Amino acid sequence: MTCSRRAFLKEAMGGTLATVLPLSAFTVLTSEQARAAVADSKVRWAFLVDTTKCIGCGLCVTACKNENEIPFDAPVTRTWVERYVVTKDGETHADSPMGARDGFTDPAIREQEFDADDIAKAFFVPKLCNQCENPACVQVCPVGATYQTHDGVVLVDREWCIGCGYCIMACPYGVRFFHPEHKVADKCNFCYHRITKGLNPACVQACAFGARRIANLRDPDDPVTQTILSERVSVLKDEYGTKPHVFYLGLDANVR
Amino acid sequence: MKRHVLHPLWVAIGLVVLILVARQFLVPDDFGVHGDSFTYNFHRLGNEQEWKDFPVKYQGNESCAECHEENYKTNRRSPHKKIECENCHGPAGTGSNHPDEVERLPLNTSRALCLRCHADLGYPGTARAELPQIKDKQHKRRKDCIECHNPHDPREDVE
Repeated sequence: MTCSRRAFLKEAMGGTLATVLPLSAFTVLTSEQARAAVADSKVRWAFLVDTTKCIGCGLCVTACKNENEIPFDAPVTRTWVERYVVTKDGETHADSPMGARDGFTDPAIREQEFDADDIAKAFFVPKLCNQCENPACVQVCPVGATYQTHDGVVLVDREWCIGCGYCIMACPYGVRFFHPEHKVADKCNFCYHRITKGLNPACVQACAFGARRIANLRDPDDPVTQTILSERVSVLKDEYGTKPHVFYLGLDANVR
Repeated sequence: MKRHVLHPLWVAIGLVVLILVARQFLVPDDFGVHGDSFTYNFHRLGNEQEWKDFPVKYQGNESCAECHEENYKTNRRSPHKKIECENCHGPAGTGSNHPDEVERLPLNTSRALCLRCHADLGYPGTARAELPQIKDKQHKRRKDCIECHNPHDPREDVE
């Protein structure tokens, strides 16, 4: 095989162009974008739930539904309260009718009555989006409609979401649902419109017992942050590696 | 190269160019990686602002105090002081926009609302036991709580 200098240069040039041209499809970051990408945010939102203080009134759920325009009578909600009754025979009974939108006013669970002497313990556990550091729901989104903001909150872009439901299945905590009116995935976002204005989330404000509190983990003077750092807190489903940012005080092993 | 190789190649290259051009027009300018993780920060930047602009409904007790000073003060010195006005009176913000558009908020005076905290469920060890509890089926069944108890300060009886 012979190869003239002209032919070699031609081939080499062609080859180089063929490799380099597709690269132009990638975005080139400006220096400002690059700086924004690596800069540390001054805010990292987290949540503290004190299950020992929750009495299961469900006013947080009502407030959340009104605040975030979630259809009141639809069986979907961004936050909910679970009731657990552990009887002395070792059985765990749990329920959350309509997400405890109307609270718990009947001691029976699914029409099963309990004798006070048979109950070993009973408690209420509020649940909401964990705003994970490694959100599985974001990872599976095929169109980039759900994402993590610089302050740690996971949001859903209602214009971009195609409603495929992958994220709803991916979330280990079951906090995502299909919004019956907007026809997109929906979830708790710590009331992003409120916390970015310096207000408390609607559920935190509605809670008369201080069972729900919001924290900025990057602010060492934040009293709730101090509680999270100094008290014995736990998270839900730690084994999934999602690094959830809703911390619980007094979480029972029966809670799933 | 032979024509039967070149022709499909041109078609393939044409398709790629077409997709790249279409992408320029269809993908919003602010769509991209805004953060340090391609996996988690790939989004339309404008959507963050859209969520920040979502209307606030619950205004908080302090916003009620301006006009409803008397009820506010009564409530502040009662055991019910931690309860938000809007938990019973309904959110005063957008939608109901009180008092500009809606003069009266949809007040909930139902027995069911009081029972959320005051129903005796008979569970040991919950913080509920620290609140005054009633047995729903035994205590004045057909009456609304507010017929006897003043919700702003439950220590006061209603005349």
